Amino acid sequence: MSGYDGFLYSIGFLVAWLVALLLVAELMRNSGRYTMGDVLAFRMRQAPVRTAASVSTIVVSIFYLLAQMVGAGSLVALLLGITPGQTFLGMSAETAKIVTIVLIGALMITYVVIGGMKGTTYVQIVKAFLLMVGAIVMALLVAVAYKFNLSTLLGDAAAKSGKGAAFLDPGLRYGKDIIGNPTATTISKLDLLSLGAALVLGTAGLPHILVRFYTVPNSRIARRSVVWAIGIIGLFYLLTLALGFGAAALVGSANILKQDPGANIAAPALAQKLGERYLGGATGGAVLLALISAVAFATILAVVAGLTLASSSSVAHDLYANVVRRGQTNERDEVTVARYAAFGIGAVAIVLGIFARGLNVAFLVAVAFAIAASANLPAILFSLFWKRFNTRGAVWGIYGGLISAVLVVLLSPVVWGGASKSLPAAKLTAAQAKECGVAATSTQVNNPTALFSCTTSAPIPFSNPGLISIPLGFAFAAIGALTARERDDEKYAELEVRSLTGAGAH
Amino acid sequence: MATDSPTAPPVRPEQGRYLAVEQSAEFGALRKTFRGFVFPVTVVFLVWYALYVIMSAYARGFMSHKLVGNINVALVFGLLQFVSTFLIAWAYTRFADRRLDPSADRLRHEIEGGAS
Repeated sequence: MSGYDGFLYSIGFLVAWLVALLLVAELMRNSGRYTMGDVLAFRMRQAPVRTAASVSTIVVSIFYLLAQMVGAGSLVALLLGITPGQTFLGMSAETAKIVTIVLIGALMITYVVIGGMKGTTYVQIVKAFLLMVGAIVMALLVAVAYKFNLSTLLGDAAAKSGKGAAFLDPGLRYGKDIIGNPTATTISKLDLLSLGAALVLGTAGLPHILVRFYTVPNSRIARRSVVWAIGIIGLFYLLTLALGFGAAALVGSANILKQDPGANIAAPALAQKLGERYLGGATGGAVLLALISAVAFATILAVVAGLTLASSSSVAHDLYANVVRRGQTNERDEVTVARYAAFGIGAVAIVLGIFARGLNVAFLVAVAFAIAASANLPAILFSLFWKRFNTRGAVWGIYGGLISAVLVVLLSPVVWGGASKSLPAAKLTAAQAKECGVAATSTQVNNPTALFSCTTSAPIPFSNPGLISIPLGFAFAAIGALTARERDDEKYAELEVRSLTGAGAH
Repeated sequence: MATDSPTAPPVRPEQGRYLAVEQSAEFGALRKTFRGFVFPVTVVFLVWYALYVIMSAYARGFMSHKLVGNINVALVFGLLQFVSTFLIAWAYTRFADRRLDPSADRLRHEIEGGAS
C-alpha cells in the first residue's frame, strides 16, 4: 500500500516492452527456435554458452515463480477469511499459505507436463481475457462509486490511507526523504533508481517472454503481437491505477494490511467491497470476491506455467540436447527430459516458496527483473548487435550479472534486517518484536521481516540490485569479449542477415 | 524449416553466401535504416523514462504540485509515459512495415531461392 509508487512499477513494466519491440523480439524470432540459448550460442561455442544461458534462465524463473506462489498463498488466506491468529479447519493462516503453495506448485507441474506449450498458450489466452474483463468491470464500479471523478477518488484514497496527501506523491515507499539523515535519504533514492532500471531493462531478458517470440510464424507477426501486448498491457495498467486507488479509498489501507502485511491482496479485497455495495450485501461481496480471485488464480497459473515451461525447455534443449548429448538426440527425448525438469524446478520453487511466504510479491518480481536485466540482457544485445562479441563475453556477462545481482540481494536489508546509520530503525509491532526476539522499543531493527536476522545490519544497503548489477553485467560481457581472441565474422554475418531478413528461420 | 536449426552446425556449401549478402549494398542499406530508427528512439525513450524516475526521486516538490483538484504533476507525467509508449509502438510498426519489410522480404527470397 504505497499509493503513487505502485504506479511506478506499471510504467517500468510498460516502457520495458519498447526495448523488447525495438531491439529484441523480431531479431530473436528470426534467429532462434526454442530457447534464449539458441540465439546466444548461435555463433559461439555451444557448451559453455548454453550452460550459462540455462542456469540464468532457471534462476530468473525460480525467483519469478516464488513471487507467484507467495501471491497465491496470500490470496487463499484472504479467501478463507483467516487473519493471523485465527484458524480454518484447524489450520492457521501460515499453514493455509503453505498448503496453497504446495497445491499451486503441484497443479502447475501437472499442467506443464500434460499441456506443454500449446496448453500453456491456451491458459494464457483465457487468463488475459478474464483479467481484462475483471479489471474493466471493477474499474467501472470504482468509477461509478466516484461518479467518474478522478480527483475525488484520489482525495478519498489519500484520506483513507492514513498517510494523507503524501499518498499521492512519489516517495512513500521508495526514495524516502528521511529527515535529518542524509545518508539514509541518498540510499533510499538510489534504491528507487535501481528499481526503475531493473523494471525497464528486465522484461526483454525474461525467459518466458523470450520463448513467446518463437511461437509466431514470422517477424511481422512478432511485431504485431508485441504492439498488441503493449496496447493491452497499457490499458490494463491504466485500469489498475483506478483499482489501486479504489482499493485504498473503499477498503482502506489499514484493513488490507491487517489481512496481509505484504499487501498482496488489495484487488480481491476491493472486489469484495464493490460486490457488497453493488450486487447486494454480503452475498454480492462474496460472489465478486470469488470471481476476481478465480481470475487471479488463472493469472498465477498462466504465469507459473509459462515460467516452468521456459525453464524446463531450457534444461532439455540447452543442457541435455546440446551440452550433454552434443546435439545427438531427438525431439522425443528432449520432451521427456523437459517433463522431468518441470518436476524438478516445480519442487524447488515449492520449497523456496514456503520460506519466502512473508515477502512482498512486488519485491520478488523486482528481483527477477533485476537478474534478467543484469545477466540476460547484456548477452542478448551484444550477441545481436556487436560483431566482436564471443563465447567468453557471453559466459562472463551471464555469470557476472547473475552472481552480482543475487549477491547484492543476499547482502541486502531483505535478508539482514539490522538498523544502521544508513538504514534507520523501524517502529516495531509487538508481534514483530517477538518474532525478532527483541523488545518492542528496540532500535536495532530496520526490517522486521528480514529472512535471516532482524538485528544484524546488511552489508549492502540497497534492496534492489539493478543499479549495481546491470552495469556489472554489461561490463563483464564487454571485458570478456575484448579479452578473448575468438571471433567468427562469417557466423556473425549469418546471424545478422538471418535476424534482419528472417531467411533460414523455422 | 528451410534450413537446419542452429544446434548442429555442419559446414554448408552456401555458408559463404551470408557473408556476401551481409556485404551487399541492399543489406547494408537495410541495416542502416533499421539501426537508424531503433537506436536513437531507444535512447530517447530510456532518457524520457529515466527523467521520470529521477524526478520522482529528487524533484518531490515539483512532482507533488497539484494541477487540478487532487491530480498532481507526478500523475500527469506518469500518464504521459503511457502516451509516449503507445506512440512509439505505433510509429515503429508503421516504419517497419513501410521501410524494412519490403527490403527484408526481397533479400530473404533471394537467399532462400538460391539455397534450395
